[in-house]
Amino acid sequence: MHGTRILDEADRLMTVCNSCRYCEGLCAVFPAMEMRRAFSDGDLNYLANLCHACGACYVDCQFSPPHEFNVNVPKTLAVARAESYAAYAWPQALSGAFARNGLVISIIAALSMAAFILGFVALNDRGVLLGVQTGPGAFYRLMPHSAMVWLFGAAFLYAIFALAMSVRAFWRDIGAPIGGRADGGSIFQAIRDAGELRYLHGGGVGCYNEDDKPTDRRKRYHHLTFYGFLLCFAATSVATLYHYLLGREAPYPWWDVPVVLGTLGGIGLIVGPIGLFSARMRRDPALLDESRYGMDVGFIAMLFLTGLSGMLLLVLRETGAMGPLLALHLGAVFALFITMPYGKFVHGIYRFTALVRYAQERRTAA
Amino acid sequence: MADVVEHAADERNVSTLECHRADGMGSKYDVLVIGGGNAALCAAISARRGGASVLVLEGAPKFYRGGNTRHTRNMRCAHDAATEILTGPYTEEEFWEDLLRVTGGQTDEVLARHMIRESRDILHWIVEQGVRWQPSLGGTLSLGRTNSFFLGGGRAMLNALYLTAERLGVEVEYDAEVTDLVIEDGMFLAARLKRPVKGETEIRATSLVAAAGGFEANIEWLKQYWGEAADNFLIRGTPYNRGSILKMLLDKGVQEVGDPTQCHAVAIDARAPKFDGGIITRHDSVVFGIVVNKHAQRFYDEGEDIWPKRYAIWGRLVAAQPDQIAYIIFDSTVVTSFMPTLFPPIAGQTVAELAGKLDLEPAALEKTVTEFNAAVRPGTFDHTILDDCRTEGIAPPKTHWARRIETSPFLAYPVRPGITFTYLGTRVNKEARMLMADGKPSGNMFAAGEIMAGNVLGKGYAAGMGMTIGSVFGRIAGREAARHARN
Repeated sequence: MHGTRILDEADRLMTVCNSCRYCEGLCAVFPAMEMRRAFSDGDLNYLANLCHACGACYVDCQFSPPHEFNVNVPKTLAVARAESYAAYAWPQALSGAFARNGLVISIIAALSMAAFILGFVALNDRGVLLGVQTGPGAFYRLMPHSAMVWLFGAAFLYAIFALAMSVRAFWRDIGAPIGGRADGGSIFQAIRDAGELRYLHGGGVGCYNEDDKPTDRRKRYHHLTFYGFLLCFAATSVATLYHYLLGREAPYPWWDVPVVLGTLGGIGLIVGPIGLFSARMRRDPALLDESRYGMDVGFIAMLFLTGLSGMLLLVLRETGAMGPLLALHLGAVFALFITMPYGKFVHGIYRFTALVRYAQERRTAA
Repeated sequence: MADVVEHAADERNVSTLECHRADGMGSKYDVLVIGGGNAALCAAISARRGGASVLVLEGAPKFYRGGNTRHTRNMRCAHDAATEILTGPYTEEEFWEDLLRVTGGQTDEVLARHMIRESRDILHWIVEQGVRWQPSLGGTLSLGRTNSFFLGGGRAMLNALYLTAERLGVEVEYDAEVTDLVIEDGMFLAARLKRPVKGETEIRATSLVAAAGGFEANIEWLKQYWGEAADNFLIRGTPYNRGSILKMLLDKGVQEVGDPTQCHAVAIDARAPKFDGGIITRHDSVVFGIVVNKHAQRFYDEGEDIWPKRYAIWGRLVAAQPDQIAYIIFDSTVVTSFMPTLFPPIAGQTVAELAGKLDLEPAALEKTVTEFNAAVRPGTFDHTILDDCRTEGIAPPKTHWARRIETSPFLAYPVRPGITFTYLGTRVNKEARMLMADGKPSGNMFAAGEIMAGNVLGKGYAAGMGMTIGSVFGRIAGREAARHARN
């Protein structure tokens, strides 16, 4: 017996699957399962996070429902995965945020954006807020650079710290040897596997949808979203270096590195989330943890909002809309940062950690 | 070279398919395929690529489509060199020798050699139909050279074939129960069909491919040969293989082949469902312990031969025991020596406690275990070879891998006969064309898969042969059926 009903069910399924093994070539979950004969809570959370939810093992399984063995690995692991996010959340007092995640994320996003708008209104003249600001330092006439750095730096560092604490708990639980560290080779392998979404492929044909016809849609849009996010992050990093090392202040001309990176990333963050949302709506509901709809869509919406407000800000930065848009964009980014440890963002962190563990296991077994 | 030419011809035909399409039910098809498994789909695809309009009638609902193909995982094909997924060559001659050995010579050499030759190309043809291979699965290393495994298993293979068939324009109807075949002078004319929603209808076609499996799920039929014991048999695969098409064909003058009284049976967990438990209910732990019947008596040498060679005898052995039940008894030292099992072993701290849980006479089981332990001679255990661990002075002996059962907890799996497939079928020639009772080939009836496996496989089995028979003869049957329809 395990700590939760879903882990009991995951254990039952892994016992079925371990006596079958037909799905061994589809992804990392089943080879990892085969290295075990019994499954602890940590093992099951590890397998749950190793699963990329492509759905292939469901449509390939001779025992999936309506068969009496009722084997539905993608859905069961999806529920277990979502529960693991709450189980490893730091601090534990905030783990409840995962229970009604869509609501929590929306409220925080709304509050954050409202706070920036109100702050801008309260601290700036109407003329400055709605006026046309151009040239270096235009943004900082609305919010001082140092205030931005402190506020966002603090939010970002908090998110990093909370995530690190969560991953630590996860890493300890998934059977990493006590005090054991991930070796460089395994981390490199995991970076490659995550970077190309190696296991989001249905064993090579793509993800499964309502109509049994696999496609690569989710993988493509996930790439757009993820690399869009990274490009935006890179844009911000370059801009920070410009500011402190070169003394060059934003906004930058359209051809400059931060703007080019941000524009490409912003397009990814707009197109990617739309594609992911539409792909999600076309998936077979039997594969999904429908109770986590809010968490999935909340995160997609946050990324979309960040990308969209950023792009609008770029396009309209020389008009009177710049002030309100800057407030909206900063509000969206702030909300994204502080909710990172308490929303769907963590899926990437845990999955990457699971991939490191998997690479390590493979190396040890080889 | 011939393959390339043929494939090019396939492609050309596909591009001109539309003019041959029949629309909707009630109209006449070029080729009617009855069945929905590997053989049926290979026939449908090959007929469609040959330019025929094709309707597939699958008796099962969509989820259960594909008969026993759902439970398969590999295919045995001849090949001259190692490939990405095969560890070494498996020549036609070696394949033939293996077939000769497992069937004890009960095979049609002409047909069998033809199948083996064709199997070489199937390895590639099936990939062109969307099926993907992978190296042998964990725990099946002994098949890594001879057998190609389906990535994702048999249902994945089926899904790929159905996708390809539908893409090519093959029509498929599920829940389509064929109630009668209209056959005159060895010529198929029409099939009568009962469908849950759309009611009864008659479907005419120029050619028929029967690929509807054996009769192993028809307990009443099995009882004709096995008596009441058949009530205790478990059917490993689909509940839809009731042999109705086979029976219609034999009743209407098709020549039969194969021993009707025989079926392939292995020992599977007695707690498995009556039907469709599939591969995961099997036990390969026999060699690690002893096997007793309901009187707690041993009845056969558990160490006779290496897995999987003697895997298939235990179904038959258990079927011959009272109430068709037996128990594999072992101790806690060997639990990690075999694949993890679906059902956990039943455990007891003492042999007597275990016997109680199994409803065996405790004193009898204690006596059997004690006598067995006393008979075990010292040796060096090695489950990969016929080792020198054996008993002396008991009957039956355990000739290899005999080790004392003495470390608590004591464990057991209850087992029953699990029926895989039957051997009775329709006789065919090299064109997969059915032969009538008078020996003449039918004008337009073809058969593929389990329904004609008895031509090649008079008895016995070697892993993956069922799928070879299905794909090879399915492809041939479809091609010939289309050729007949277009002439």
